Amino acid sequence: MAVIGIDTNPLQSQTREPGWLRRSGRVVSDIFHTPLGGIGITLVVLILVVAVFAQWIAPYNPTAISVKERLAGPSFTHLLGTDQLGRDLFSRVIVGTQTAMMVAISALSIALVAALPLGLIAGYGPRWLDAALILVFDSLSSLPMIMLGLAIVVLLGPGIPTVILVIVLYSVPSYARLVRTQTLSLKSRDFIKAEQAMNASTPRILFNHLLPNVIGPLLILACLDISTVITLEAGLSFLGLGVKPQVPSWGNILSDGFSVIRSTALPVIAGGAPLILATIGFTFFGEALRDALDPKLARERKP
Amino acid sequence: MMRETALIEANNLSVAVPRSSRWFPSRKPDLDILVDVSVAVKPGEIVCMVGESGSGKTTFGRALLGLVRPSAGQIVFDGTPLPDFSPPSFKRIRREASLLFQDPVTSFDPRQRIASILAEPRRIARSGSVARSEIEELARKAGLVSPLLSKFPHALSGGQARRAAVARALSVVPRLIVADEPTAGLDVSVQGGVLNLFLDIREEFRTSFLIITHNLSIARHVSDRIVILYLGRVLESGPAREIFRAPRHPYTRALLDSEPIPNPAKRREAPPVIGEVPGLAARPSGCEFHTRCAFAQDRCRHERPLQTAISAEHEVACHYPLTPRLTVVGPPPQRLPKTANR
Amino acid sequence: MTPGPATATPVNPAPVLELADVSISYSGIVPAVVGVDLMVMPGEIVGIIGESGSGKSTLAHSVLGLLPDSAQISGKTLSLNGIDMLGASEQAMRQLRGPAAAMIFQNPMTTFSPMHKLGRQLMDLLWRERGLSNKEKRQKILKALQDVGLPDPAARLEAYPFQLSGGMLQRVAIAAALLMRPSLLVADEPTTALDVTMEAQILHLMHEIRRNAGVSILMISHHLGVIAEICDRVAVMYAGRIVEEGPVDVIFADPRHPYTKALFACEPALIETGATRLPVIGGEVPRPVRIGCGFAGRCPQVLECCCNATPPWVAVGAGNVSHFSRCHRSAP
Repeated sequence: MAVIGIDTNPLQSQTREPGWLRRSGRVVSDIFHTPLGGIGITLVVLILVVAVFAQWIAPYNPTAISVKERLAGPSFTHLLGTDQLGRDLFSRVIVGTQTAMMVAISALSIALVAALPLGLIAGYGPRWLDAALILVFDSLSSLPMIMLGLAIVVLLGPGIPTVILVIVLYSVPSYARLVRTQTLSLKSRDFIKAEQAMNASTPRILFNHLLPNVIGPLLILACLDISTVITLEAGLSFLGLGVKPQVPSWGNILSDGFSVIRSTALPVIAGGAPLILATIGFTFFGEALRDALDPKLARERKP
Repeated sequence: MMRETALIEANNLSVAVPRSSRWFPSRKPDLDILVDVSVAVKPGEIVCMVGESGSGKTTFGRALLGLVRPSAGQIVFDGTPLPDFSPPSFKRIRREASLLFQDPVTSFDPRQRIASILAEPRRIARSGSVARSEIEELARKAGLVSPLLSKFPHALSGGQARRAAVARALSVVPRLIVADEPTAGLDVSVQGGVLNLFLDIREEFRTSFLIITHNLSIARHVSDRIVILYLGRVLESGPAREIFRAPRHPYTRALLDSEPIPNPAKRREAPPVIGEVPGLAARPSGCEFHTRCAFAQDRCRHERPLQTAISAEHEVACHYPLTPRLTVVGPPPQRLPKTANR
Repeated sequence: MTPGPATATPVNPAPVLELADVSISYSGIVPAVVGVDLMVMPGEIVGIIGESGSGKSTLAHSVLGLLPDSAQISGKTLSLNGIDMLGASEQAMRQLRGPAAAMIFQNPMTTFSPMHKLGRQLMDLLWRERGLSNKEKRQKILKALQDVGLPDPAARLEAYPFQLSGGMLQRVAIAAALLMRPSLLVADEPTTALDVTMEAQILHLMHEIRRNAGVSILMISHHLGVIAEICDRVAVMYAGRIVEEGPVDVIFADPRHPYTKALFACEPALIETGATRLPVIGGEVPRPVRIGCGFAGRCPQVLECCCNATPPWVAVGAGNVSHFSRCHRSAP
């Protein structure tokens, strides 16, 4: 894009930054104003802080085995007690948060980056390409999740990259479909027609006009999906298909806890509670975000 | 028509929408939106295309810029015919012509600010300055105050949005502006401003205008020539003065008489034409207006009238055109006051 | 042109609709209508003309109690058929809607539910008439549809709204309104969404139903031609107030308020051909103001008192013609 002329005035190059800042500020306050949104944003921030600072928060090495202290009850030394190998459960939950968020965020980012161009091309490109891509998306999403996961684990062996790959393969079709539907409806709108009438090139229409208009709903969907992805990761790990057993993750804590559930339920609770909280948090947050960003509702608020 | 001087010319332009799919062909014939429409716009001329809903007037404007693909005919721009109707062929027209959409707000990217929207044509053409001062100057020309430049499209009023659309059209000085219902949704006290702006632009840049409208009183004031469209066909075309003074096609006459006159002393006794526009899928035979025409004869039901020249620039497609002598200037006879016969 | 029957004898019959000093505001702070007085006599067609933002639609909706919950109405009187509606409950309003007043909307496409056949929707309107059998109701509906000039009414009963054109649906909407035998028909821009040849037909129809059914009509429009065509009396609204009111021929022949004059000057149909530029009213329509004249900011003849004192409502008609204007310039 050729910007001719020297930008001296900060207002000159249609700066969006102040508007974005002000608007995102308003969005955050809108989320806080609904009770569920308040709960959601609090939980989300809490989870993110824990994930980022896990190494500093965790009092013990989450993988250090101490057979002497195995299956100890909660105490001041071990807030949540220990598991059957004597590892500190609290530390495992904290570091497990990091694992969960790392998997969820990296998997979803990869999925978004892959889905955006695919969806845009399917929606804006020639009809045969659209048909071909839709066929691929549909075939992918018709595979049962667990079977897909099993097959990939057998091929690549368990581990975080495998989990990420499974999640990406699982979410790309639905994201690309959303982008495609949005693109299809936008492409018949007058402002895209106006761009065509102004001789705008296809990349310009795709990236300057379609992309900014489809990315909002997509981010909201991704936000609502984080909870699903976290459960997915935990589920895969629980089945032994996910991250390696010694790596602390909520699924592994649950899996380990189940084998000792007859003597103590604490490990299961310790692995399950953060999972439930994360699911609730991201779902509430995503829904409040959707309401706050809804253009129809936003228009009623006077600028 | 003076071919050699036209800026843009549509010769027998048709637009048809297939009603059967490629893989499941059926016997349904294509739906004809426009049939053999020939219109020429000379430099600096304002041509008004008038028609009711279903007349295809919006489609015509879009077809000229290739937003709707014509199915037959020819478009000549600047003396050179387009080789075909593929998107690259239209590049030449799109560079020098602007389209004003019926609803200006929907023709702006909702996520761009007005300043950015106005700069868009210059960015695309990679010509002209997009410096703030230049954009402000552009906006001023169209009568927009500069605080509006940092707003989003939906925050503008109807008149402001209309002016922003004109400003965007002026961003790269166009030789042709196609304006689709430029006064739709505007108050009477504001619409004059938009039309005056058109007249100013024409004076300054010798820009040609194709104004698509259903509003005859607007057409009366600004147009040099009028094209009357009905079910996708041109029924009458000619100099505006001549058509308004003495319409030759019964439909033109009916349209002129249907416009309510803001004078209580000139009320009409009965509606000038009854019934409604038939659907495009059920085109009447012969002259397509015969189902509503007060003067229809047997011939009109079977034989389609051809465009016939009445004077050098005035053509009408009617077997029995009205004679100017028969045409009463102004509305039909005055009705009696309602209350007098109660 | 003689004025309508009601204006000729303004005292005798009771008005169908009476508004005295009615104000409407949204959320308690944003005024939309300020101090409106209006009367509609039996069999009279009264027009309200105004541009967008003048409050004419809000006023029309208030007559049927169709305003959103955020709207607050205050004033001396708002009565339909002599029944006060300012203090009326929603229950009482529902009783009044229909027999007292019915409404025709701008977009006939959204007047009907898209999911049900027209016949069923029209049947539902007759819920009050419990004494009638379904067959009798059907006869009644067919008669009403015939009266509004709908071709082949029996077939239309089986049609869904999308199968009819805008003009036909507007006819059905008028028939539906008349089925309830209202004394007042409120028409909010009934022809704006229609083609000009259809507009002429619908306006003609409204004339006929006034003559045949004796219904009063409150006609809301921004179109001077439409108002001139069918109204007996016209009220000009600007920024929430009625600024001028009088018999339609008097107002069109001799507008007195500066806004009415400016509005008439802008009407393209009234301008001689050959004008090189069209006149406009500069500036934007302001928010309604409670004090002062709303037009002061755009008025070519503005006085100092226009901004801080509400102009008085003064008779400007010659003889006993009831022509009023709200302007300091016309004040004695």
